[in-house]
Amino acid sequence: MDYDRLLSQQVRALQPSGIRRFFDIAAEMEHVISLGVGEPDFKTPFTIRQAGIHSLERGKTWYTANAGLPELKTEITNYLRRRFTLEYDPKKEVVVTVGGSEAIDLCIRALIDPGDEVLVPEPCFVAYAPIAQLTHARVVPIATKEEDEFRLTAKALREHITPRTKLLIFPYPNNPTGAVMGRKDLEEIAAVLRETNVCVLSDEIYAELTYGGEKHVSIASIDGMHERTVLVGGFSKAYAMTGWRLGYVCAPAPITKQMLKIHQYAIMCSPTTSQYAGIVALRECDEEIEKMAKEYDMRRRLCIDGFNRIGLHCFPARGTFYVFPSIRSTGMSSEEFCQKLLYAKQVAVVPGSAFGAAGEGYIRVSYSYSVNHLVTALARIEEFLNELRAGKHE
Amino acid sequence: MELLRLLEENARLSLEQLAAMTGETKEAVAAQLDQYERDGVIRSYTALIDWEKTGRNYVSALIELKVTPKRDYGFEEIARTVMDFPEVETVYLMSGGYDLMLIVSGETFRDIALFVAHRLSPLESVLSTATHFVLRRYKERGVVICGDGEDDEREELL
Repeated sequence: MDYDRLLSQQVRALQPSGIRRFFDIAAEMEHVISLGVGEPDFKTPFTIRQAGIHSLERGKTWYTANAGLPELKTEITNYLRRRFTLEYDPKKEVVVTVGGSEAIDLCIRALIDPGDEVLVPEPCFVAYAPIAQLTHARVVPIATKEEDEFRLTAKALREHITPRTKLLIFPYPNNPTGAVMGRKDLEEIAAVLRETNVCVLSDEIYAELTYGGEKHVSIASIDGMHERTVLVGGFSKAYAMTGWRLGYVCAPAPITKQMLKIHQYAIMCSPTTSQYAGIVALRECDEEIEKMAKEYDMRRRLCIDGFNRIGLHCFPARGTFYVFPSIRSTGMSSEEFCQKLLYAKQVAVVPGSAFGAAGEGYIRVSYSYSVNHLVTALARIEEFLNELRAGKHE
Repeated sequence: MELLRLLEENARLSLEQLAAMTGETKEAVAAQLDQYERDGVIRSYTALIDWEKTGRNYVSALIELKVTPKRDYGFEEIARTVMDFPEVETVYLMSGGYDLMLIVSGETFRDIALFVAHRLSPLESVLSTATHFVLRRYKERGVVICGDGEDDEREELL
């Protein structure tokens, strides 16, 4: 077989994830302490697990409606109203998806024609650009900077909009930087977008994980934005339900209608067991979310303080479970720093450059680990830095 | 409370780390810890050791003790007497089928057997003893000590 001719050029051109490659090396080594994972260390709250088991015991093992169980869709809209003052029609504006990932895919595929421009603020989660490329979009990165606290500015946005711009990826709270966009920032972005026909894919998978008092504000709740926003949410990060593969997408009915077709043909419906568990999560687990968020907050402060103390300047991230310390002071590239750290001290962190060119000079550190784990890792990184200063690891 | 909870999990956290995590100043944390120590809230900062991984011969047993309480002193007197034996690591007054629960350690099973026969049983108020040897410790004071702890099954995907 001539696989070169067989396989799609578009798919072959996709770059494999930079994070993955790095962690393949780490997996071969012994005694590695990872600060790499992108999922909660908590187990799914017990009541939610019970709800999944209970649904199986009752034999609820068939497909559900394509868009999801009506009861779950209603709970999703109740939740969004309760926590983020958002209004969606559960019958027409919600599709339950296989994690936030599928929701991102649906949105991009429903909107993009070949040649359309998709704006992607970087550094960001690695999946947006490849999915957009599969639809033959032109991906236009917008670099965000630490001096703006890694927020997208109205000015940068305006400079990148052209007549071909169709979609703005809006990934806040942000993986990997931990940046959040406050109400005032959102108003400024909205002021730019309201004059255009550009749609926003607001990936709010980390919405429940913001710290320091100010709660997450959805861009869809800003004046004039509801009609031009596709909201992506999910259970993975807030409820520690990554393995259940459950998310949702909410959007104006004309958009949902198109997304639902793709979902129908490609997926049929989200896992039934997970959907039943999701109903209980949304109904009963507000307190559990807050307990986990409080624990993350403590670790976040430990990490920010710890990195600054050992000489890696660390921007005070206010969302997600990542911090994004700068390694510029070492004079190394992100990739080089991570590799040397891994070989010298068996600590695995992710190079910032894996999240786009704007991430060069930084590393992503997940604090989805126990305090003891974090303290040990910080101590090893400190040793590494001291050795660097003493001229070792040249 | 937050401070105590953090220290209970890891007594080696530095003042700086505790301060960062609780959002207090280093000085405020130091003062609070002083107070806890003075008030006897924090009794000690100890290490949890898995002796099986060391060269030390170490066995322990849980002993149920039935005793006759003394007039005016109740269980206090006998509890204080057994507490003084260096072999005794833990003493609790219990509800239920017996009165005192002891955890006793030694180098060999025989050490413990001799301790029960020669020191514990002869005590005047001790009515009976039941000795249960510890075969394996899985978890102690919230810490998993069998194997290398719980494996992190999470993988880096993207």
